[in-house]
Amino acid sequence: MSTDDAHDPKFGEYGGQYVPEALMPAIEELADAYERYVIENEDGFMDEFRDRLADFGGRPTPLQYAEQLSERYDTDVYLKREDLLHGGAHKLNNALGQVLLAKYMGKERIIAETGAGQHGTATAMAAAHLDMPCEIYMGETDIARQRPNVFRMRINGADVNPVTVGRGTLKEAISETMRDWATTVENTHYVIGSVVGPHPFPKMVRDFQSVISEEAREQAIEQTGGLPDSVIACAGGGSNTMGTFAEFVSDEEVALYAVEAGGSSLAVDEDRGVAPNSATLSTGDEGVLHGARTKLLQDSDGQIMESHSVSAGLDYAGVGPELAHLVDEGRVTPVNVDDDSALEAFHRLSQDEGIIPALETAHAFGYLERVAGPATDGRAAEPRDEHHDEVGDTVVVNVSGRGDKDLETVIEETSKRDLSIAPDMSVFDTGGMMSPGGAGGEH
Amino acid sequence: MGLERVFAGDDPAFVPYLAAGDPDYEASQAYVEALERGGADLIELGLPFSEPIAEGKTIQDAVVRSLKAGMTVERYFEFVEELDVDVPLVCMTYYNLVFQYGEEAGPRPFVQKAAEVGIEGFVVVDLPAEEAGPLRAACDEFGLDLVFIVAPTTEGDRLDSMKAQVSGYVYVQARLGVTGARDDVDDATEDSLARLSDWDVPKAVGFGIKTGDHAERIVSAGADGIIVGSALVDIVAEGHENDESVETVADRLEAKARELTEGAHRGAQNRPQPERT
Repeated sequence: MSTDDAHDPKFGEYGGQYVPEALMPAIEELADAYERYVIENEDGFMDEFRDRLADFGGRPTPLQYAEQLSERYDTDVYLKREDLLHGGAHKLNNALGQVLLAKYMGKERIIAETGAGQHGTATAMAAAHLDMPCEIYMGETDIARQRPNVFRMRINGADVNPVTVGRGTLKEAISETMRDWATTVENTHYVIGSVVGPHPFPKMVRDFQSVISEEAREQAIEQTGGLPDSVIACAGGGSNTMGTFAEFVSDEEVALYAVEAGGSSLAVDEDRGVAPNSATLSTGDEGVLHGARTKLLQDSDGQIMESHSVSAGLDYAGVGPELAHLVDEGRVTPVNVDDDSALEAFHRLSQDEGIIPALETAHAFGYLERVAGPATDGRAAEPRDEHHDEVGDTVVVNVSGRGDKDLETVIEETSKRDLSIAPDMSVFDTGGMMSPGGAGGEH
Repeated sequence: MGLERVFAGDDPAFVPYLAAGDPDYEASQAYVEALERGGADLIELGLPFSEPIAEGKTIQDAVVRSLKAGMTVERYFEFVEELDVDVPLVCMTYYNLVFQYGEEAGPRPFVQKAAEVGIEGFVVVDLPAEEAGPLRAACDEFGLDLVFIVAPTTEGDRLDSMKAQVSGYVYVQARLGVTGARDDVDDATEDSLARLSDWDVPKAVGFGIKTGDHAERIVSAGADGIIVGSALVDIVAEGHENDESVETVADRLEAKARELTEGAHRGAQNRPQPERT
């Protein structure tokens, strides 16, 4: 990547810096630090980042050949195992990068927001590792549905501040963290959790996450002798998506699929200001939110919609501006998978491959099932779906995180549905199993 | 441009803020009109946005009340048209609403409509000078002012960029953080005003001003006007929570406005170097 790229706050019309004036100097300071430390490797910043990612984070993560899925889809399926990164999700790449950068910048305090809790957990871990005080903002709805991660943040020494306004999800948590930052900007760094927000965040987070595609690309060439036909990643804000796509963007022959949360429906209840999905790339309109011009779920006035997904980590009304741009350019194909299919895929991956994925990740597998799955539920390879050829013969799917955090949600949501693939949920005593005392299941 | 006239006399300007439609359309009309009776020289009328990232709890809650009561962009324009006030009105909002309005992409349709209903200027909280080109152009086309907020952290080239684009008045943010009434006024105000001493637009100071004494201190420090939001919105919220009559709340707003106006006037009397344009 070039300094010119680092310096440009836009992706076509998207991106930019739309923030209250009090934050502008901090953003300028950050843009300068990004250019010096991340792009130019000043003081060996990137070397230290890479070393810590290896030693503390456990990189590189494997690119694993998935035998059962490959057989099921009659396609070579490779799994980029970000769930094996320390903390259990790709989020550590960015959190470690930003907390380390904050230290290089002389900041004294870390704040972050979190939806599913994976970013909050990663930030709390990185802050503890680098000895920085840390506060995490989290919507109360998400606190209720992601308790194991709340415990992990607290155990790593972070304070978790509940956000009660609105629906109490990621959108509100981001707004609240920006308010804190506007007050404490002189000594505090805000570790944004995705490729969203004002410049330089979308580029900087992409760069920290692009280690995923850097490794995946090399591993694919090494293991298969060439590039994959397609790369699939789930997309909420878009950090694992951009991380998984970044090094493949210039490989025009590789198809890139961003799988969004179709929620319960793609229809919108404009009167109530509710989109029962988080399919921003597929259905959103251009607008300005949380510091950037991008695609948004919004009503005709420009008020931001409440989004929905069974997966807290995808439940956001915006998306990274670079992804919005790549979709407009035709380089990235946005698709979406509804809650039911994501849950089904969750169980399938767990049973077929012994990998319990995050519900976010399950959306990516839900898409693979839709385009390449057998027409019946049988094991025998049925005639391919008409879209099968689009994903091709070699597919890389990013396993963005592990699903331990989602077990309570999965048990509850599966119980409500008639999913033939799922085990009998009535045997679970959720109160006993997932109570604080029983949360050791995280490990 | 037009709004500078508000600051042109010997007296400092009192610039109150209320969120339009808080807690509902009719009461809010009465409250805005009460502010004029209490001495408002210009009113910043908030157009509620669902993600008010620069606001503290007081104004966040006001925004929620207004939106729940049915405020929309069209209703806001009706609200402005139906208001019975003579003082100028400035629309204070967030950029997405300005950007989205109308069939044509960008801020022009919103500015055109605002001009038609009698809005005279804008404060767009999340639009820094770097991104303000299209809105500045639309404001020039329709003869409206574009006010920028200068924060305690704003320095160097950023000041120059804002100076080149600002018109009407400059909103001097008295302290870091989000909006909200405080029990004391930050000493950073004098430093902020000093940094803007060569700007040829009036300087109105806001963030944290709650009492007549605060107003007096701010004006004696050299401000051409004071901007007060949360202390007034608190009165609306209290009236709403206690189910008080619109008249009672309006009277209290008028009294508070008078206290602030009088404080500002006292401040003008011991102002060492009054800034005038």
